[in-house]
Amino acid sequence: MSEFALQLLYTFDGTIRLATPLILCAMAGIFSERSGVIDISLEGKLLTGAFVAAAVAHTTGSPWLGVGGAILASVCMSMIHGFACITHRGNQVVSGLAINILASGLTVTIGIALFRQGGQTPLLAKGERFGPTEWWLVDLFNHVPILGTIYRELISGHNMLVYLALFLVPVSAFILYKTRFGLRLRAVGEVPAAVDSAGVSVIWLRYRALILAGLLCGIAGAYLSTAQGAGFVREMSAGKGYIALAAVIFGKWRPVPALLACLLFGFLESASSRLEGVPLPLIGEVPTQLMLALPYIMTVLLLAGFIGKANPPKAIGEPYIK
Amino acid sequence: MKSLVKFFAAATAMAVATVAQAADFKPAVIYDMGGKFDKSFNEGVYNGIKRFTDETGVEVMEFEVTNETQREQAMQRMVQRGATVVLGVGFAQADAISKVASENPDKLFSIIDVNWLDHPNLRQYAFKEHEGSYLVGIAAAMASKTGTVGFVGGMDIPLIRAFACGYVQGAKSANADVNVIQNMTGTTPSAWNDPAKGGELTRAQIDRGADVVYQAAGGTGVGVISAAADAGKMSIGVDSNQNHMAPGSVLTSMLKRVDVAAYQTMKDAMSGDFETGVRNLGLAEEGVGWALDEHNAALITDEMKAAMDAASAAIVAGEVSVHDYRSDNNCPM
Repeated sequence: MSEFALQLLYTFDGTIRLATPLILCAMAGIFSERSGVIDISLEGKLLTGAFVAAAVAHTTGSPWLGVGGAILASVCMSMIHGFACITHRGNQVVSGLAINILASGLTVTIGIALFRQGGQTPLLAKGERFGPTEWWLVDLFNHVPILGTIYRELISGHNMLVYLALFLVPVSAFILYKTRFGLRLRAVGEVPAAVDSAGVSVIWLRYRALILAGLLCGIAGAYLSTAQGAGFVREMSAGKGYIALAAVIFGKWRPVPALLACLLFGFLESASSRLEGVPLPLIGEVPTQLMLALPYIMTVLLLAGFIGKANPPKAIGEPYIK
Repeated sequence: MKSLVKFFAAATAMAVATVAQAADFKPAVIYDMGGKFDKSFNEGVYNGIKRFTDETGVEVMEFEVTNETQREQAMQRMVQRGATVVLGVGFAQADAISKVASENPDKLFSIIDVNWLDHPNLRQYAFKEHEGSYLVGIAAAMASKTGTVGFVGGMDIPLIRAFACGYVQGAKSANADVNVIQNMTGTTPSAWNDPAKGGELTRAQIDRGADVVYQAAGGTGVGVISAAADAGKMSIGVDSNQNHMAPGSVLTSMLKRVDVAAYQTMKDAMSGDFETGVRNLGLAEEGVGWALDEHNAALITDEMKAAMDAASAAIVAGEVSVHDYRSDNNCPM
């Protein structure tokens, strides 16, 4: 396999790693927004999940318990959001921002109180985080040209949460489009009055959507601190929640297009890490600054020019009043 | 009798003077972005401060800067709270300390990683990081099986380029054919605190053949060390001794003795013997070096140790001069 193709393969490999938290958060955003609740608080839930996962994994020594803790904490955050803007009909954007600020401060404060390391958690040891999972038959396929390399580098060797994230995309699509719950969820984001007149509780439906959103963000947070990284560092979500929200809009509130948008963002980030300092044909060596800015430039261009008409759920952002 | 009275009087006066001085002495330290426990640069300072507090019992006021606008405010506030000596951590605080030092000529100031200011009440510490990096570059080139080694920097600034340049020179001195891949994490201060990006850059370098990766990136370096350990490759720590972070995978650490600088500052200010001006700490002054402990003893072969010791002696004796990127903003390699 040529050197260029191999590097391209590694870039795709990095794409999957970097896109995983975005994919989970985007699915969370789709559930929440399809039910009519704007979810700016993806970022805050992600950060909360990251912190709790690292703290629990360090204390108990089990990354799976960490995921459990992260889901619980993230769902709690989601419920605060729901309490403010579903039950009390507060402004959803304001409530979401409040959650983000709360998460940013709370994680560091609790971190200092628990571990006395300036808001970080201690570095996680090998057994306390998700390691790569080697797939079956890697050795066997190794001898197959091209496909063997692709199998080994691209498909095998990620950690469990990566596969879980990819698996949850078709599951999300199935729930949204093939189940009664999904039908009602979509309806409640478009014409909540119709759902209400059919005798289904709008409030309970929206709460369930937010529970799902919290669950997915919790897994994403656990991925950041216990799979991709090895411990919690303050503000480690670094805007990924917002990028996921952009992917939701980019994907027009549908799971599969949103997945593709997340993969695109992941690819741009992965490519910028890899192309830095490498001389390109025709252009020569690209300056560091340009490579670092590339994902953002592309995002602006794509969002401005190529998205086409995006129709958000009609009732989004509006609290339901009987 | 008379002499005895005199003696007691003098002794009492001295005791009073010491007490008064101790009561007046109020030290403060401003940690920079990355935070007190970045396992690297700021933590080195913290270790020096802790040693001072343990020895003397004097508490040091502290503040951790979390965004760029806080540096000057924090320094002003420390002075207002009665600090008699303020230690700034890192080049990014240069402008702030310059302003506050000129406004408060009766207070003492000290700053690490700065050598271009000029105030009668300011002590500046500069380190010859390129010399320490040269030594770990030798170790990296000798430990590498692939002939490719990597470097991950934090924010793209001349100081970090100096680390990289010294490292390249050292690696090439041990193996002229070695290939060095260099990456910078970012161009803003957030590049000091992005372990995910650090890990991704490291994986990219490993994919391109690197098997030893040196990082000078503050908190971002945590990601470099864990990514290298995950891949079964080696990394090199920086500033503090980071060998313990992934035992068996961290080849060595380039030590920058900021703890000594912090300790000296506090100790001298307390004793009243505070010389200002610039202090350049290199290999000869033991301001930089490399770490050998139980965590990496198995990784450092006798040949590596001999080569590094020989290079160190040659640099101290002036037979080898390591080019400093900061002198002309250029790396000859």
